[in-house]
Amino acid sequence: MQAKQNIAAFAVGLLFGLGLLLSGMTDPGKVQGFLDLAGAWDPSLAFVMGGAILVAVGAYAVARRRTESFLGGAMHLPTARQIDRRLVLGSLAFGVGWGLAGFCPGPGLVSLAAGEMKAVVFVLAMLAGMAAFEWLEHRRAPR
Amino acid sequence: MTIDFANFTPWASLAGGLLLGLAAALFVLLNGRVLGISGIVGGLMRPRAGEVGWRVALLAGLFSAPLVYALLSPTGLPTARIDAGTGLIVLAGLLVGVGTRYGAGCTSGHGVCGLSRLSPRSLVATLAFMAAGFLTVFVLRHVF
Repeated sequence: MQAKQNIAAFAVGLLFGLGLLLSGMTDPGKVQGFLDLAGAWDPSLAFVMGGAILVAVGAYAVARRRTESFLGGAMHLPTARQIDRRLVLGSLAFGVGWGLAGFCPGPGLVSLAAGEMKAVVFVLAMLAGMAAFEWLEHRRAPR
Repeated sequence: MTIDFANFTPWASLAGGLLLGLAAALFVLLNGRVLGISGIVGGLMRPRAGEVGWRVALLAGLFSAPLVYALLSPTGLPTARIDAGTGLIVLAGLLVGVGTRYGAGCTSGHGVCGLSRLSPRSLVATLAFMAAGFLTVFVLRHVF
């Protein structure tokens, strides 16, 4: 089961990366063009999100009723429901970073793999940010 | 509001979006998991037993995408226009790293998967990062 799931994960990662490249998400200029409502607005990314949700919404409707995935093994769907300050402030900080550079995590990683030097810098800084989160969380509540 | 028709790519973006949705669909059906890139990467920092293999496999697939895309596409890899200088890129990376971990998700986990799951939590997160993104680009391009 684990080997099959790892192969599935590889294929999923590849498909996702191809989707990011095809959709224009790996071009920070295009992302910022979408976020620039006051300038010349490029609505393309709304089509990316719309297309993705169109396909995924059905899959989640099926997944919600299952106790086991199709390759066997437990379902690991998120259980958190609280809408709190962490969620909102964290998402706001993410949005500021996303707007500043035009990169979010997936496209940053794909652009790094494409050999884009600025994406290397972005991903290193992102990993440092994630490490800072782990450190802060670990300090507050050691596991 | 003016539409930037020169850069508008509805069909390629829709097709790419369908691929993203297909990847998310396969992942939840086959592996029973949400396809959220920030969580998949962040989960490698203090990994639990049995949680490393699939994360590494998925990231390996993601990293292979540019090579496969370049082989399949007659026009090669799309060009990336990166306006931000190194300092701004570092600041952006830090904010994205910290923010997605506190917010428990990014464009993929909240924006695609969360909205598809009809999660109110993800809707709030998506509205928050979208609003912050719109405001940031407004300040970046029209204030300074």
